Amino acid sequence: MRRDTIVLLGVNHKTTPLAVREKLALSSGYEEPLQALENLEEIREYYLLSTCNRVEILFTCRDVDQARTRVLERLFVDSVSTEDLHQHIYQHINADAVGHLFQVAASLDSMIIGESQILGQLKEAYRHATKKGCTGFILNKLLHKSFSVAKRVRSETRIGASAVSISYAAVELARKIFGSLAGKKVLLVGAGEMAELAAEHLVGQGVTEVVVANRTLQRAVDLARCYNGQAVALDELLDQLQQVDIIISSTGSPDLILRKEDVRPVMRERRNRPLFFIDIAVPRDLDPAINDLDNIYLYDIDDLHNVVEMNRYERDKEAIKAKRIIAEEQLKFAKWLANMEATPTIIQLRAGVEDLVRAEVEKTMGRLGNMEEMDRLGLEKMIAAITGKVVYHPLCYLKTEHHCISLNERIKTIRDLYQLDNSDNGHGRI
Amino acid sequence: MSFLLFQGSVLAYLLATAAYLVFFFNKQQKVRRIGYLLFLTAVCLHTLTIVARYFEAGYTPITSHHETVSFFAWSLSCCYLTFRWRYTVKNLGVFVCLLVLALMLVAAFSSRDIVPLAPVLQSWWLPIHASVTLIAYGFLALACIGGSMYLLQEREIKKKRFGLFYSRLPSLEALDTLNHHCLSIGFPLLTLGLITGSIWAKQAWGAYWHWDPKETWSLVTWFLYAAVVHQRFTVGWRGRRAAILSIIAFLSVLFTLWGVSFLLKGVHTYAS
Repeated sequence: MRRDTIVLLGVNHKTTPLAVREKLALSSGYEEPLQALENLEEIREYYLLSTCNRVEILFTCRDVDQARTRVLERLFVDSVSTEDLHQHIYQHINADAVGHLFQVAASLDSMIIGESQILGQLKEAYRHATKKGCTGFILNKLLHKSFSVAKRVRSETRIGASAVSISYAAVELARKIFGSLAGKKVLLVGAGEMAELAAEHLVGQGVTEVVVANRTLQRAVDLARCYNGQAVALDELLDQLQQVDIIISSTGSPDLILRKEDVRPVMRERRNRPLFFIDIAVPRDLDPAINDLDNIYLYDIDDLHNVVEMNRYERDKEAIKAKRIIAEEQLKFAKWLANMEATPTIIQLRAGVEDLVRAEVEKTMGRLGNMEEMDRLGLEKMIAAITGKVVYHPLCYLKTEHHCISLNERIKTIRDLYQLDNSDNGHGRI
Repeated sequence: MSFLLFQGSVLAYLLATAAYLVFFFNKQQKVRRIGYLLFLTAVCLHTLTIVARYFEAGYTPITSHHETVSFFAWSLSCCYLTFRWRYTVKNLGVFVCLLVLALMLVAAFSSRDIVPLAPVLQSWWLPIHASVTLIAYGFLALACIGGSMYLLQEREIKKKRFGLFYSRLPSLEALDTLNHHCLSIGFPLLTLGLITGSIWAKQAWGAYWHWDPKETWSLVTWFLYAAVVHQRFTVGWRGRRAAILSIIAFLSVLFTLWGVSFLLKGVHTYAS
């Protein structure tokens, strides 16, 4: 009886360039990819996470290599070549996988260390997985644990306080371009959470007007109202470019929404007043070539990373503290997992003893099924009670921490003593 | 007297430059303050130098090579101070100091003899024409420095590789505004310099325009600046193009100042 292996496969902003990541991103939502994994025999429990910076798959399985191949095949075979995939993807097993998940949840692995969005994204992803019934005993425990670890890190370190976010980086850059942001106008294309956050920062820095362009106008109107702004349709984008100074794009569109040729004529109209494009969408919304135009600055999410990098030092100190917390929690979880290994033995032992008692009772009292309901229930209770009393001591022995005898040894002793391994009926000959 | 003062001001400029450079690299506000005070001292000494030389020579000391370059450095310093007084442009001081120091060293190594002024040049147009032109050069030099800083900063922002300059230089907007202001002051002054020169030429040599190399190059320079200013005000040129063109135009200024005098001989050859 060996328990399943926990495997985590993924790509993130550190290992993989944006160009590959945007192909891997599950832009169609979780429904479809979860469906794709549904009838895969190699894996038992699974869950998927896809954000702008990472795509991760967590699953439990018996045979790691086989499961890995099959999972990757199901999810990504259409989007990326196998070599590309193998070059970029990382794989963590058991304790490492747990540690990695905790780091992700606590936002230590984020592009912007300490940002809080990732926890929400994690919960969202988990919600989808549970709705489809993809997670089981182990992953449920693991993911809940990761949420509480994230909370602990947040409350015990100042990692979130100095949270330098994409939006912060964007503001800093905007200031290097425009000097003061007072009186500048910002245009949000796509009304995502991230864009909202960035807009909030910019408004805090003196940006006076916010224009929101969104596919669904209602959402644009709602968001614009928060900033006393104005909502426009996506088709009006080019007209708006003449008025605004900063554009934050975060649509879910799979194609580019603005190309170099679209933007070039705008600059003449603007009399070359600078434009600052921030593209936080994955896949990208804006043509990277836009950056080649004079007086236009285009930053995508990876570029912002570099700006953030410069403020790293402060947060790194807090990150050390956070890593210690994670290591602690990782150990606790490992212990829980190890206990899990004892569980099958416990179940087996209990079942074996119960069968034995039941057989003896039936020998004396006749088939239980033929009895009066009241008598039968009474006897069932008795069987359970005797079983409980008989297995009480061996179970205590298994569960109690022991200094000189490791859990594995204790499990082995119990299994030998009760002959759990050389049985042909699965319950052992007791 | 003026000799000693000159030595003193060069020394003060040297120290100011050193202080500004230290500030540039380690960003300590205290050092910046020291640098600024040293720079002010240097400018005061420099002003005294020019006044002293005026009395020693008996005419406005903007004729010999030494005097011209020294006056150029002085006007650049003054332009910088007027700007600094109105608004601060982060770390502009370092670049200005370096250029001023370079000019002062050039002045220090050229002949400092006081040569009697040729009778033809003895006119009250001399101080007007020469000082107006050199003050215009001061502003244009500042525009060139602003342009260079703009290019350095823009390159880091555009290439997304943040090195030495990103955190040390001001925003692109501030640098572009500096360029704009300097050009809008420098260009009219340059025009005025050209006109006064022409009037003086009429008095001295009887014709407004000689097509002497210096005059020709001044005109070329004027056209270059006219182009930048024109593009800025009509088409809305700004940023990189304006910066590059103002640097090129300033190179033309330098050529007018030196290249013409040393390579091509003309009536402007400093009293030799």
